[in-house]
Amino acid sequence: MSVTSIAAYADPRTVPPAPDRVADAIPPAANGPIDAAADDVEMREAAQRADAFLRAELQRERVRAALMVIVPPALGIAAFIGLWSLLSMMSPQLPSPSKTWTSAVAVFSDPFYRKGPNDQGIGWNILNSLQRVGIGFGLAALVGIPLGFILGRSRFLNSMAAPIISLLRPVSPLAWLPIGLLVFKAANPAAIWVIFISSIWPMVINTAVGVQRVPQDYLNVARVLNLSEWRVVTRILFPAVLPYMLTGVRLSIGVAWLVIVAAEMLTGGVGIGFWVWDEWNNLNVEHIIIAIFVVGVVGLLLEQLLLLLARRFNYA
Amino acid sequence: MSDTPSNLRAASMPEPGIEYVHVEKVDMTFQTKRGPFAALREIDLSVQKGEFIALIGHSGCGKTTLLNLVAGLIEPTSGVLLCAGREIAGPGPERAVVFQNHSLLPWLSCFDNVYLAVERVFAATEKKADLKRRTHEALAMVGLGHAEHKMPHEVSGGMKQRVGIARALAMQPKVLLLDEPFGALDALTRARLQDELTRIVQAAGSTVLMVTHDVDEAVLLADRIVMMTNGPAATIGDIVAVDLPRPRDRVALAKDPRYHALRSVVLEFLYRRQHAPEEQAA
Repeated sequence: MSVTSIAAYADPRTVPPAPDRVADAIPPAANGPIDAAADDVEMREAAQRADAFLRAELQRERVRAALMVIVPPALGIAAFIGLWSLLSMMSPQLPSPSKTWTSAVAVFSDPFYRKGPNDQGIGWNILNSLQRVGIGFGLAALVGIPLGFILGRSRFLNSMAAPIISLLRPVSPLAWLPIGLLVFKAANPAAIWVIFISSIWPMVINTAVGVQRVPQDYLNVARVLNLSEWRVVTRILFPAVLPYMLTGVRLSIGVAWLVIVAAEMLTGGVGIGFWVWDEWNNLNVEHIIIAIFVVGVVGLLLEQLLLLLARRFNYA
Repeated sequence: MSDTPSNLRAASMPEPGIEYVHVEKVDMTFQTKRGPFAALREIDLSVQKGEFIALIGHSGCGKTTLLNLVAGLIEPTSGVLLCAGREIAGPGPERAVVFQNHSLLPWLSCFDNVYLAVERVFAATEKKADLKRRTHEALAMVGLGHAEHKMPHEVSGGMKQRVGIARALAMQPKVLLLDEPFGALDALTRARLQDELTRIVQAAGSTVLMVTHDVDEAVLLADRIVMMTNGPAATIGDIVAVDLPRPRDRVALAKDPRYHALRSVVLEFLYRRQHAPEEQAA
């Protein structure tokens, strides 16, 4: 058994599927009257060497794959922070990453303090914003999902609603704020109203599309089995539409979280958006940057939560 | 009928029995974007109680359309369809359908898929325990007792199709409508399911209408083979009675000259008298 043939086996491009079986896979020695026992020992050793080599190679492959998951994002973040430091060096108003970090540690070390109505901890601000989003989005879901079902089931009503939806959907969320203030005569309900009206559309549209796209096969099953209307809704329509609906919910909650900052900037009260505005008035730029990160992280978490939920209802 | 050998033609006269499904002068025209499309023309068919009918023809010849008409999923443009002497005015639990693509609901387990059908038919007269027993029995009949709590995506294509059959059988239908039920399966699974189907249908005495494009399947399973001409405006070209004794054994039949005679009658019809649609379109 020559060394070159072992090398050929050890080449990662020709790795057999089960490397621990390499000893079995090595072909018999080239023909020739060589001492059989010596040949046997030599072969076993060679196989062991090849085996060890392959294991190490496999291990290296795994490490490489893991590094590919970690290294590029880490490099991206590092480049971002580098750029930020550079910018903060050139423009002294912009706080540097380290200064922002120190400030963030201070802010998060006491997230739930209350010093009057306009000075509360970051935790309260986040919770207040989430509450507004929750109420506005919840009401939108309560109205939007059934509305989507109705529009999906009835072509007539769908055509009736289509021009209004196409007209209202692209309206900038904040354009609704004066209407809310006018009707509710209070800032908080107006902010919730803005969330409601801007986050309702993805749920209406996605649910309606989902209902229209229920496969004809499933509806034929319903007809052949002669299912009652209630059974059709609970056993066929609702499960079939659920993935579409959840996509709508995910888009809606994204919109709601986008809009809350702007709405709170205008309406005031306790909330992450108002906090940004307040810190702008205090010229505390570190806190504004912290708020931007907080908004981003919370938005990301909400999105991931709903993706997780959607995966639960994905019927492969 | 002129091409049919005389001995087969004599046998093709339906035996006197109770007529169960009656199709008379049925035309089916679909309204499409490119104008009306005549799918079926002048279909006349009479199916006896307990009879196994195979519908065969090239693809696009309206076999499935005819099956859907009997199922009540679509209404004919003109003509009459009767089941047990009553006009077919929509789907009904006495006519169960096994779809080509099994059509199981992916969010329900195999058990729940069958239970949905059982519940609809028997919930008015039976207790919940009886409904569950019926569901268990139906799944056991198709050999899926062990897999009843699996989800459809967790079982193989052949198992899914068996759940579809169990769902249809569990309703205890008077007529079983099968739309190429084994079309998507490999040959060995298909053979096993064909044998199972024969056994179940014989035990239950069901009347069966089965769409197929498999000549061997038609000869093996059917009492009569209804051969359809090519579309558009397809109609029944010929009917062959399969007078092979039951139970039929596929291995023994392979050496049976009568089997080969029947097979060649169908092949003759499909490939000499009705060209494949590709050739026609060219």
